[in-house]
Amino acid sequence: MSEPVTEQLIEITLRVNGVPRTAAAPARRLLSDFLRHDLGLTGTHVGCEHGVCGACTVLLDGDPVRSCLLFAVTARGHEITTIEGIGDDPAALSPVQQAFVECHGLQCGFCTPGFVTTITAYLDEHPDPTPEQAREAVSGNLCRCTGYQNIVRSVLRAAEIRRERAGGDDR
Amino acid sequence: MLARVGHDGKVLAGGQSLVPILSMRLAAPGHLVDVNGVTGLDGVEVRDDAVRVGALVRHAGLERHDAAATALPLLRQALHHVAHPAIRNRGTTVGSIAHADPAGEMPAVAVLTGAVVEVVSARGRREVAAADFFLGPLETVLEDDELVEAVRFGRLPAGTRTWFTESARRRGDYALAGVAVAVRMDGPVVAQARAAFVSVTPVPSVLDLTPALAGRTAEDLPLDGVAELVRGHVDPETDIHASAEYRRVLVDALTGRALAAAASAPDPAAPAAEGAA
Repeated sequence: MSEPVTEQLIEITLRVNGVPRTAAAPARRLLSDFLRHDLGLTGTHVGCEHGVCGACTVLLDGDPVRSCLLFAVTARGHEITTIEGIGDDPAALSPVQQAFVECHGLQCGFCTPGFVTTITAYLDEHPDPTPEQAREAVSGNLCRCTGYQNIVRSVLRAAEIRRERAGGDDR
Repeated sequence: MLARVGHDGKVLAGGQSLVPILSMRLAAPGHLVDVNGVTGLDGVEVRDDAVRVGALVRHAGLERHDAAATALPLLRQALHHVAHPAIRNRGTTVGSIAHADPAGEMPAVAVLTGAVVEVVSARGRREVAAADFFLGPLETVLEDDELVEAVRFGRLPAGTRTWFTESARRRGDYALAGVAVAVRMDGPVVAQARAAFVSVTPVPSVLDLTPALAGRTAEDLPLDGVAELVRGHVDPETDIHASAEYRRVLVDALTGRALAAAASAPDPAAPAAEGAA
């Protein structure tokens, strides 16, 4: 703690959005910083940096986790999905992204990547949430603009869009 | 490895409490020992007398574990209140016990179920009863070179109903106050009642409510007597989220609700005949 830290770089390979990506980083590098600084994937946003706001949420093997509470080295060998992997083409938005556009689920957009990753994983497990469940699904993410009503609407609309795109297969 | 880094080392499992502490510079250990790559620590085992949870079992994995929830319903009842899903996907149940935060749900569940903490080091193994494990806020009997390998949550006697409830400003945040209860019914009347608390005691401990409740039915619980016992047991502190007095009032109300929910619940052992899980 008292002497200057000489940091050894470690080769870290993760699968990010289906593609193996490698960069050298110190052991202390958080996954959020690794994605943004070392891999240039700046869609993952960093807000509170201690796990409260949810802006940095990514999917680890399909499950939402806070990338600011995970060291990049710990994620070695795992599959990471970031907002870029959910959809980075404005002409081909994912159901959740489309719902946010339709329902005005964002204003400044800072928190949006964390909401989209969280809701995408939630709907995979709960394809037909009630308004109450939709509200609980986003309770771990903070938004300072919208007042949340339109985000809850977006969750419900995204569930509809998923069903529509599945070809009216209304299960 | 832990022995080598000694007091300057810290075990990293889920990291959902430790990493925020590091990020806020509240602690600066020289070494983190990441146990995520250690094999054999991620099992949940339902035994006749206990549910054994390995050090790398995530809250979400234990919450989804149907056999564990059937054997000890309090696990799922409490885990539902542990932070947010994204935190539960990473945080470990055993880690939250080793972390010993008075605001943690699972330390309270550990003491209420008479859990046994399995500790391992290069020197050997030992077992510590949950009641003896916690020394103070964020402080346990663990030595620098010791790792909690697993926690065995004790299964409760037949006829015991449990409930867990808490109150937080935002669902999933640290609870202002919380309570786990276990009520053993003898037919329609209470035979034994116990409670353990979250965020209102420096270390989790069990309060015996049997003297106030024995022989009473679910519809006729003397909650005034309970409140008196609870007030004598808890020692909440004032912080920016709530005053000590508010927490006292809150934990009284929550305990009453939890007892009513538990005492009027069906016997968890009974529905087996209908094949319910």
